[in-house]
Amino acid sequence: MITTKSLSFGYTSAQQVLNNITLSMERGHIHGLLGCNGIGKTTLLKLICGIMRPRSGEVRIDGIDPMMRRKETLSELIIIPEEFDLPNISLERYAAVTAPFYPRFDRGAMLGYCEELGVNPRVRLHSLSMGQRKKAYIAFALACNVSMLLLDEPTNGLDIPSKSVFRRLLAGYVDESRMVVISTHQVADVEQLLDNIIILNEQGVMLNATTSEICERLKFGRTVEGDKVIYSERTIQGDMAVSVNESGEDSSLSIELLFNATVTNPHAIAAIFNQK
Amino acid sequence: MQFSDDKPIWRQIYELIAMRILSGEWREQERIVSVREMAQEVGVNPNTVMRSYERLEADGIIFNRRGIGFYVSLGAVAHIRDIERSKFISEELPKLVERLELLGLKIEVHE
Repeated sequence: MITTKSLSFGYTSAQQVLNNITLSMERGHIHGLLGCNGIGKTTLLKLICGIMRPRSGEVRIDGIDPMMRRKETLSELIIIPEEFDLPNISLERYAAVTAPFYPRFDRGAMLGYCEELGVNPRVRLHSLSMGQRKKAYIAFALACNVSMLLLDEPTNGLDIPSKSVFRRLLAGYVDESRMVVISTHQVADVEQLLDNIIILNEQGVMLNATTSEICERLKFGRTVEGDKVIYSERTIQGDMAVSVNESGEDSSLSIELLFNATVTNPHAIAAIFNQK
Repeated sequence: MQFSDDKPIWRQIYELIAMRILSGEWREQERIVSVREMAQEVGVNPNTVMRSYERLEADGIIFNRRGIGFYVSLGAVAHIRDIERSKFISEELPKLVERLELLGLKIEVHE
């Protein structure tokens, strides 16, 4: 489990990017980490990995501070940053050098993922396009079989067919012993993958709920008379709204609508999810 | 797989499985793919797929043999047909009738 308590961070003393973040993320889920630009999603992922030190508050990975850089923490955690530098060697070579840090690394699985994503593991990484490099790194990270996989904007740079391959690979990756955290603005790319939604704003964690909890309490789609509307948008299909789910029936979750509702009307959303 | 946004994804996977049974692709009393395999096939969170399976089980369409997997129930085809028929009559037919009236079309039923 990943937990943070009253976590705050700023790159300069004047500027605060994360403010009072208290949350927990459990195994068995694919968590979606959402928030407007500059809110500190990437910073939060870096703090979870222990790459940076919080200004105040704490991060715990299965109860251990990641800043201690313990073997049992680091061998269970991989982050794929949005942008990264890899050495100019082939993926196969990179894996041979790096995999010993990850005891469950599976070379055969990595080659399989490479094939599914259409990337050659035998050519030098710098000869690949950015998108190809991302695919290579995804193949490596999945093959490490870590229990906590953190992905920062993983679909940026992926071509259209690779996005669906990516979804299938991740759907097959998560189980009770593993979690995936995806920070993204491209909600449409990962909507069907996420089963827990975390929304951050300047005040902290606005929402941390499973998709089934969300659909139990909120209704998405066209409104009927008497609906308690929290947020609505005019679209070509008519007014699409987030309202209080009073019928008890499930509607089709729209993360985009949920996000806009949370950003524009945080108090209403907080009130609905804080009453347990 | 492409999903429509007019109903929950778990419901669409429920219907996909029901259609595979109805079409005979998956036969009664035979084992169906695991939740994990289905999740991978459609690229959907396995917890969401689990919900579809649980609902199919609650509706008597599939059953769980602990530790082995899910099987198509005996009589599932007739059962799905019943469910689909009543859904057609209560949900789709009124919309169809409304549309026919809107377009000034009439249907004649011959016995």
